[in-house]
Amino acid sequence: MTATETAPMVVPDFGDENESRKIAFVCSKGTLDMAYPALIMASGALEQGIETHIFFTFWGMDMINKKTMNDLKFTPVGNTATHMPMALTPLPGMTAMATSRMRKQLQELDIPDVPAFLTHLSDMGCHLWACKMSVDMFDLERDDMMDELDGILNVSDFIELIEGAQTMFI
Amino acid sequence: MPTTAIADKEIHVDAEGFMTEYDEWDEDLARILASNIGIDELTEAHWSVLNFLRADYAERGETPTLRRVSATGGVPTKELFVLFPKKPARKMAYVAGLPKPVGCI
Repeated sequence: MTATETAPMVVPDFGDENESRKIAFVCSKGTLDMAYPALIMASGALEQGIETHIFFTFWGMDMINKKTMNDLKFTPVGNTATHMPMALTPLPGMTAMATSRMRKQLQELDIPDVPAFLTHLSDMGCHLWACKMSVDMFDLERDDMMDELDGILNVSDFIELIEGAQTMFI
Repeated sequence: MPTTAIADKEIHVDAEGFMTEYDEWDEDLARILASNIGIDELTEAHWSVLNFLRADYAERGETPTLRRVSATGGVPTKELFVLFPKKPARKMAYVAGLPKPVGCI
């Protein structure tokens, strides 16, 4: 023990006492690439023991609608970050090809698809809410949406619920 | 690399207190680490999680994430939150004598 020093035992601070922190995400997009940011950040927040809420609204309803949640797409149209010539992006089959490539990349990283991810979050204690106005607008019933959903909220109830939360709009 | 004395043994740890030497861990140590973070008794269910973590780390060289423990290790996520409350991913890594998981999901 010449080159090392013996320190008193250090116990990691898991911050269990800090229960005041809250995080909320508003998911307003229905594309495959825009579904993941909230899911991944919510998972990180829940692993930190933080109370986490996700509010699905407008096109984000596609993430929790049983008819569409398995079939979200990614399109290169108008997305310069794909670094493709923009004139080629609307060609037939491009969206299908880009979607299948993105799904494969996600799979290789062992990232679950959107429905499985939402179930995982719900198991971690995440609260999932559907926007009342979007439910009415798209003419949805409770049974049209995933079983893990906590409920349907109007925006006023949601704003009340997330008092004090760090909120991200996606 | 600092060491700390746990149960009369010199143990290598990082600045936060996570063990850094895989082979220095044993079951008695795990019981002490668990009690450090308020888990007073390691049940059969705890051991099966810890054994999966240790075996998976030995095989892949990285601490499995929560998702991996549930999807591959077969322990439901909800149960992990009961066994290692609030922050299961880090707490189970700590008790298993492994570094914090680096994966995001």
